[in-house]
Amino acid sequence: MAEPPAALTTHVRNFALGAAPVLAAFIEDMPAVALADGGVLLGEPEALRRIEAHANGAILSAIGDGARLLTGGDDGRVMLLGADGQTKEIAHEKGRWIDALAMRGQNLAWAAGREVRALDSAGALKTVQAPTSVRGLCLLPKGYRLALSHYNGVSLWFPNAAAAPTTLEWKGSHLEATSSPDGRFLVTSMQENALHGWRLADARNMRMTGYPGKSRSLSWSHDGHWLATSGADACIVWPFKDKDGPMGKAPRECGVRFSRVTRVAFHPRALVVAMGYADGFVMLCRLGDGAEIRVRDASGSPVAAMSWDAVGARLLFGLEDGQAGLLTLPV
Amino acid sequence: MTAVSEKIPVTVLTGYLGAGKTTLLNRILSEPHGKRYAVIVNEFGEIGIDNELIVGADEEVFEMNNGCICCTVRGDLIRIIEGLMRRKGKFDAIIVETTGLADPAPVAQTFFVDEDVQKSARLDAVVTVADAKWLSARLRDAPEAKNQIAFADVIILNKTDLVSSDELREVEARIRAINPYAKLHRAQKCNVDIAEVLERRAFDLDRILDIEPDFLEVADHDHDHDHHDGHDHAHHHGHGLKHYHDEHMQSISTRLDGDVDPSKFMAWINDLTQVHGAKILRCKGIIAMKGDAQRYVFQGVHMMLDGEPTRAWKPGEKRESKAVFIGHDLDEAAIRKGFLACAA
Repeated sequence: MAEPPAALTTHVRNFALGAAPVLAAFIEDMPAVALADGGVLLGEPEALRRIEAHANGAILSAIGDGARLLTGGDDGRVMLLGADGQTKEIAHEKGRWIDALAMRGQNLAWAAGREVRALDSAGALKTVQAPTSVRGLCLLPKGYRLALSHYNGVSLWFPNAAAAPTTLEWKGSHLEATSSPDGRFLVTSMQENALHGWRLADARNMRMTGYPGKSRSLSWSHDGHWLATSGADACIVWPFKDKDGPMGKAPRECGVRFSRVTRVAFHPRALVVAMGYADGFVMLCRLGDGAEIRVRDASGSPVAAMSWDAVGARLLFGLEDGQAGLLTLPV
Repeated sequence: MTAVSEKIPVTVLTGYLGAGKTTLLNRILSEPHGKRYAVIVNEFGEIGIDNELIVGADEEVFEMNNGCICCTVRGDLIRIIEGLMRRKGKFDAIIVETTGLADPAPVAQTFFVDEDVQKSARLDAVVTVADAKWLSARLRDAPEAKNQIAFADVIILNKTDLVSSDELREVEARIRAINPYAKLHRAQKCNVDIAEVLERRAFDLDRILDIEPDFLEVADHDHDHDHHDGHDHAHHHGHGLKHYHDEHMQSISTRLDGDVDPSKFMAWINDLTQVHGAKILRCKGIIAMKGDAQRYVFQGVHMMLDGEPTRAWKPGEKRESKAVFIGHDLDEAAIRKGFLACAA
């Protein structure tokens, strides 16, 4: 299979991370990479600062919202990092691992084993126990409501309500959790090489199967009509525009290659998806006509982290072996 | 692909309540071997050694593929191994301590089922610690204890100082009735050479060289037992071993002179493990496939099978095919007949 001839490879600044990346993000237009070894690299490739967010720890989970970066470590700490490079300890769960994080507006949430805590903007801390270990968290767009993915389903919890969480059941182990931008759909990735979705209005189930591997990277298009997913030898893009979501519809396939897609990231303003592969290859694909542009040639290890900046002018990515690149789109 | 040598070895430590798992773990962690271990435990606080990488686990046994009982995995283990890999290079091996009542199968199956776990780690061996004084009783009343013996690659028969030599022979015979293939080591306070416990590569197909019973190779660490002087113990066991048959758990060893027909054999072994996988705890085999210069080696846990051609048959080496099955309520006659029918 021929690789796409059009290339942006010369517009990529390559740099070394010194460790495996957990998350690529932008903090107020500044590139940031959370690293497995507990550090965060902040700044342009030529002027990187390393911040020891989790000294002597490993970062297990990380999430960014464009203004801040939240990291969870195997040291039990939840740390918040701002553009000034200052870190703030949000929580310290002694002897525990921070397995999952969520962040929306000023609200934060984290999971350590079965225990989940939510911290709102007023500083109120609430705790709930999930039936089994929590693998994914998502703060829903509407109201102060948290989705917790675990074995055999997802729990929906209003931290400020006295009521116990309600459960959306589906057999199997649920990993990442994500909500469509309009809050109509909740989607989880599963241990069973599948995605599962629910329409929240009526808890209707949606099965999305056929992946040869686990789909661990999920990204919504800016208009909320599409969900790009990893886990196959192409980026699988499910349609969510209609009220039934992807039910009864075939997904689009972008960037078919002889290598597994490991990370996906939708452009924040256009129907263009960035894809990173297990062989280190990175490319962009336009959903409308399938046009492809190479960003990075295949070499090295799987792409493990990838993110656009807020306006979609720059794409940051990192490989498992510590190589990284920053693409600046030509104007 | 990650080469086998780069994968982190994982040792599974099982044993009934009070057998001495924690004693063995403390020994492993305190000896000056220069290795760094990540340890996954069920209860904190029992380990007396200050070890940086101790992770608490909840033994979350998950069913995969909508409830097939043979596709149970340890969900917590998948999560923890993924997390430990963030510290890759900071430790050499992982030890998983299971609870006294745990079935080792879901732990082992996790390594057959999960792609990410397979990429970064490999199952090294299932090590079972047994209490010489109480095992015989537990084999009668605790199915978990029997499972742990049947599943083991290495058995540490601990607290041998608390039993007479007759009792010791009795309990060894009971172990052998269930699992004649595991390496058996006698010990007091788990004083076994760490090399006999770790880096066994029991699940490495290239290392399954032979599958003869271990009867004549009981390693004896009872150096202060005055009536076992260490020089005659092979002789002693060769003649003094009692024979027992366990009512439910048994091992079946089959052998076939010459080659097997690959398509007949593959169909038979797949069918056998699919239909009777719930009863087959472990299986292993070395097969002479017709027309193949290499030895085909397979192993399995319940319904999970793994097999590949390994080294070539040596010149003059007798081409024969052997398979062993350890399980409960197996139809021995049918298995033997089925295997022999695979002859080329």
